[in-house]
Amino acid sequence: MSTTPFQGNRLAAALRADRGGRIFLSLLIVVAVLTPVLNLAVPGSSFLHLSGYTVTLIGKYMCYAMLAIAVDLIWGYCGILSLGHGAFFALGGYAMGMYLMRQIGTRGVYGDPILPDFMVFLNWKELPWFWHGFNHFAFAALMIVLVPGLLALVFGFLAFRSRVSGVYLSIITQALTYALMLAFFRNDMGFGGNNGFTDFKDILGFSLQAPSTRMALFLCTVLALGGSYLLCRYIVASRAGRVIAAVRDAESRARFLGYRVESYKLWVFVFSAVLAGIAGALYVPQIGIINPGEFSPANSIEIVIWVAIGGRGTLYGAVVGAVLVNYAKTYFTAALPSMWLYALGALFVLVPLFLPRGVVGAVSELRSRLIQGSAAAGTTP
Amino acid sequence: MIRGVLGRFSGRSHSAKPPRVGELLEANRIEAGPDASRGVILYLEDITVSFDGFRALNALTLYIEVGELRCIIGPNGAGKTTMMDVITGKTRPDTGSAWFGQTLDLLALTEPEIAQAGIGRKFQKPTVFEHHTVFENLELAMAGDKSVWKWLYARTTPAEFEHIEQVLETVRLTERRDARAGALSHGQKQWLEIGMLLIQEPQLLLVDEPVAGMTPQEVERTAELLSSLAGRHSVIVVEHDMEFVRSIARQVTVLHEGSVLAQGSIDEVQGNPRVREVYLGV
Repeated sequence: MSTTPFQGNRLAAALRADRGGRIFLSLLIVVAVLTPVLNLAVPGSSFLHLSGYTVTLIGKYMCYAMLAIAVDLIWGYCGILSLGHGAFFALGGYAMGMYLMRQIGTRGVYGDPILPDFMVFLNWKELPWFWHGFNHFAFAALMIVLVPGLLALVFGFLAFRSRVSGVYLSIITQALTYALMLAFFRNDMGFGGNNGFTDFKDILGFSLQAPSTRMALFLCTVLALGGSYLLCRYIVASRAGRVIAAVRDAESRARFLGYRVESYKLWVFVFSAVLAGIAGALYVPQIGIINPGEFSPANSIEIVIWVAIGGRGTLYGAVVGAVLVNYAKTYFTAALPSMWLYALGALFVLVPLFLPRGVVGAVSELRSRLIQGSAAAGTTP
Repeated sequence: MIRGVLGRFSGRSHSAKPPRVGELLEANRIEAGPDASRGVILYLEDITVSFDGFRALNALTLYIEVGELRCIIGPNGAGKTTMMDVITGKTRPDTGSAWFGQTLDLLALTEPEIAQAGIGRKFQKPTVFEHHTVFENLELAMAGDKSVWKWLYARTTPAEFEHIEQVLETVRLTERRDARAGALSHGQKQWLEIGMLLIQEPQLLLVDEPVAGMTPQEVERTAELLSSLAGRHSVIVVEHDMEFVRSIARQVTVLHEGSVLAQGSIDEVQGNPRVREVYLGV
């Protein structure tokens, strides 16, 4: 709250008011310390040992959590329900995948020093123009930010300028990701068609199979997730953040007060797309594959479900939702593979009915009731 | 809404926009606000607005003086809301002229330009930002540069803070400053909305039925509030509640079928036989 004129560091002030965020960040630090210790220092025979598989799994959840934060920022705070955020995630992933493909070099099945395997297989003689530069990590890193960012900029500019909002915007974001999926499925697009990219060898000269590289990637993801959280918290606690929430609650009123609502929406949409792209780029080297399935409309809808289940408009709720739902997914798809979609559907129906503010909303309500209850018990003689 | 659209499509006789060449000058003029050196802040002359043949305003002529608190009364359909729509640029009249001070032609300005020039309007239904605190609502409403980049790192300056506190005091919400606007009573929301207008320091305030749905105590406080604004701002109040009008108004204008039926003090107006006939139904 900015009800005092002279504040110290604003991020610190925002965190003081953000109990859930402090808990989340503390847990993140615990995970960042415990995971490497249990994975690398504890011998494999000990029951405390964390397998490489588990590390990758946690890394994957954290990429999803970052993606969920990006969606919560625009949906929970600005009221933009994007059902196509998976597209930005996948584009970031593809940009990283292109770098990793170029790193394979002569170690591919066909041993071509320049062309990735699928191009040799398609009888291509030359590298397409848009593959140039991806042999440099710095260039790829730039593209990871620029490609999702520019797409969001153009798409958002056209949509928000025409005042497309609500369900119409959701539908065209679905169309966007669906169109990209169809495009990426085509072999002649030059992105490996339906197989996408896989068989990555190394990143920045370090083998992707080495436990130390995997741990480094894991820690980068921890940092990115924590950093995204702090950035988003800073944004929503700023004056711009209050304008964004005002746009969500009463758009025309905000416009009437002289705010260029379109600029605010566009800005936050592009920022969110960039976060999603970075999450995708961290996801690909850990998982080891990227294919057009990542663009599927169902994926994007699932992200929204994570946020709804966790509790939107809180940022940490998005993290809780992403981890809970994906843990459930991992469990169900192993134990009862046919049941997963039913479980997801049931969650989507039941959560808004019984937990309208998501899991974190229910927890905080329970907590305040307990405090009230004990206070009442304390006052009665 | 529909009226606004209709108004935009109904043929208007004035040539809407000033020439492009003078746009920069125009912007400066809007920024500078109205020139009310003759003591009159608003000139409405011969304004006619028709919706599909129905004359909502019929050659309406009305002047508002600087610092005046004017009440507009009239039966339903007398054209009170249409008049407000014309002043704020929401509806364009078929004929007539509307000037803000002597230099600003309201018919040539867009809605945001008119707001920027210093005309604030409070709508009937309060629309405050329910999830923001009272303080934040006022902060959002504050005039100034509102670009994204600036607001990402902007802090509320001590001067702005002072200004918000002042307005809180004026609308008597100092004690509720950290409360969510959604938790305010109906009357308090109305005051907050008046505060959100005041913080933009408008020269002319248009207030549409401020006391509808208020408790007697709230009505009394609203009367005090509006009376205290007169002098510093020019205020036009549209209201049905005659008791309320009696408690605040020095000058009352009665509208009927789109034009002025009578004007004067509340006693003069209530004594006017024509007014008694059409409005009071006596």
